[in-house]
Amino acid sequence: MPGIKEKGLALYRWLDRRLGFAKPVTEAAEHPIPANSASWWYVFGSAASVILMLQVVTGILLALVYTPTARDAWNSLNFLNHGLTLGWFLRALHGWGSDFMIAIVLIHMTQVFLFGAYKFPRELTWIVGVFLLLLTLGMAFTGQVLRFDQDAYWGLGIGASIMGRVPLIGAWLVHFMLGGPIIGATTFSRFFALHVFIIPGILIALVGVHVWMVLRLGINEWPMPGRLVRRSTYIQEYEAQTHQDGVPFVPDAAWKDVMFSAAILLAIMACAIFFGPIGPSGPPDPTIIQTAPKPDVAFLWIYAIFALAPPALETSLLLIAPVAVICVMLGLPLYAGEGEKHWSRRPVAVLMVCAIAVSLAILTSLGENPPWSPVMNAWSADPVQPKYLKDRTPLERRGAVVFQQMQCRNCHSLDGVGGKRGPELNRVATQMTESQLIRQVLQGSGNMPAYGSALSPQETTALVGFLETLNGNQMPARDLARPLAEGAPLAQPRQDGKQ
Amino acid sequence: MEDPLNHSIDDPSSDNPLNQPSEHSRRKFLFKVSLLLNGAVGAVLAAPVLGYLFGPFFKRNASYNNWVSVGTLDRFPPGETRLGKYRNPMGTPADGQTRTLPCWVRHIAGNRFQVFAINCAHMDCPVHWFPQSELFMCPCHGGVYYQDGSVAAGPPPRGLYEYKYKIAGNQLLIWAGELPTLSTEASVAGPGCASCQG
Repeated sequence: MPGIKEKGLALYRWLDRRLGFAKPVTEAAEHPIPANSASWWYVFGSAASVILMLQVVTGILLALVYTPTARDAWNSLNFLNHGLTLGWFLRALHGWGSDFMIAIVLIHMTQVFLFGAYKFPRELTWIVGVFLLLLTLGMAFTGQVLRFDQDAYWGLGIGASIMGRVPLIGAWLVHFMLGGPIIGATTFSRFFALHVFIIPGILIALVGVHVWMVLRLGINEWPMPGRLVRRSTYIQEYEAQTHQDGVPFVPDAAWKDVMFSAAILLAIMACAIFFGPIGPSGPPDPTIIQTAPKPDVAFLWIYAIFALAPPALETSLLLIAPVAVICVMLGLPLYAGEGEKHWSRRPVAVLMVCAIAVSLAILTSLGENPPWSPVMNAWSADPVQPKYLKDRTPLERRGAVVFQQMQCRNCHSLDGVGGKRGPELNRVATQMTESQLIRQVLQGSGNMPAYGSALSPQETTALVGFLETLNGNQMPARDLARPLAEGAPLAQPRQDGKQ
Repeated sequence: MEDPLNHSIDDPSSDNPLNQPSEHSRRKFLFKVSLLLNGAVGAVLAAPVLGYLFGPFFKRNASYNNWVSVGTLDRFPPGETRLGKYRNPMGTPADGQTRTLPCWVRHIAGNRFQVFAINCAHMDCPVHWFPQSELFMCPCHGGVYYQDGSVAAGPPPRGLYEYKYKIAGNQLLIWAGELPTLSTEASVAGPGCASCQG
């Protein structure tokens, strides 16, 4: 056995005499870091790079089988899922890896922000990090397109429609994005090149720069309340801290990074096994229009903003807000490069993180189950509950049929079943009088179309008769002025449903 | 303010005799010439690359579109709105399923038609036609249009995009080939445009 060990050492020395890696690598690994930075809070960056490696490896393995053309991509994904041993698992790893990567990058960014690590001298590290976040999101979007299914097809349309809103050069941008006038083979190839060559190339290069700067400038020390960053003194203070009270990165801090990365990889594998691969949904056939396209989780919040923003503001919001947000993120370290690092003395920063996190969470959960989208099959699929039909007159029951047949249900729910785009109608009779209901049905308003030309007078009468019964056993709304104007005493609400 | 980092980084160049300004050698001159030459070659190389990349920008709109059939006239009974399908005139077999595209054909009466793009004017999602309520509804953000394509409700900034059409024999042809967005609108035709009939 000693012979093998000696031969191994000899080979190592032979290689290192030529490569010369051992010294710089050992120095980088053992570089001193502040003792308090060997913390569980400092593990997210390394976890993100480990997931990036997972994505590269699984991506290459998928590329061995995946057919990158608009015609065959969807079929090859189904072959990967169903026809190839463990193909589904590789797809699941890649898909879940992407979700985990975005999550970890966001957590890493939040931690870096709250610990003031973007301040002097690490401004550029933060700025490169902002680009890494954008590239990660770019990978997620282009990856979604390569899962060339119905959602990918219509997602491209949504992307093109956003480009089309840019003034003056909108048409050019649409053609540039689609690689032609319409979604087709060239569009697909374009996104394949972006996902497989262009974005990963830049991403890996910038990760290199990012890590290089972390090594060169040193990891951020654990912030202490009241210890302010000053350009004139910080370098000396930091060096004093690392040299007097420092520990080598390997092994003192690195074991936490390695353990956390292992845990994250296990979590990705668990998701891959338990939840399986993501998609593909229906084939990318534009003539199959029975679809409600929705973006992947990472972009649901944008989808929600599109839906909730007032239409008049939409274009400016779409075009200006992203640029403004990116500029603010890039400018942050240049504007606030000095001063307090500790979160307890930066209430505005903490408040901002909370506000952004809560907003993103709310918008994402709304996007998950969007109340603004009509339920396109509710009119034919969701029954009118029996209690709304019991003891009703033939006219009112006819009204319930009109209610379903005219697709009212696509936007209005009864007892929570149906669309949520418009108000729930369980108790509409307590909120609107008969004449108000007639007016609303015939003329519409705001987000409701006018049904004046689609409904016959008989259908309108029947529909309003049915709506009048939806009073939740409360007193229906009444126009108090009318009986007075007609010179009659206040009447009890009508129960017979007749006009 | 001067960046204190400047002092913390060792800069060996300041005291390197080779970097003194007095050092003007032939080799340095040749190196500069070589850089210039390489820059020139790079620029010559970049021109066709940029042309390749941005070529589609400079193509005229009209060259994308063509008259394509959405089917025979008897597929579209008067008074009804039906889904029509057409082949992308610029399409290739590599497009696969994306080569065949849908549109909504409204046969008003006689030779009067309206052919709408499938794409909602809001975010290009596919709108559905409901003959009972005579409405187009969009599944994404709840845009609604009347049967003539005008906005009935919701966020769309304009009515449905309309294709020019003409009748050739028993075929209904539309002028199509470009994805309609707010800046690449499908047609110049307005609702009920008589001049666009063939």
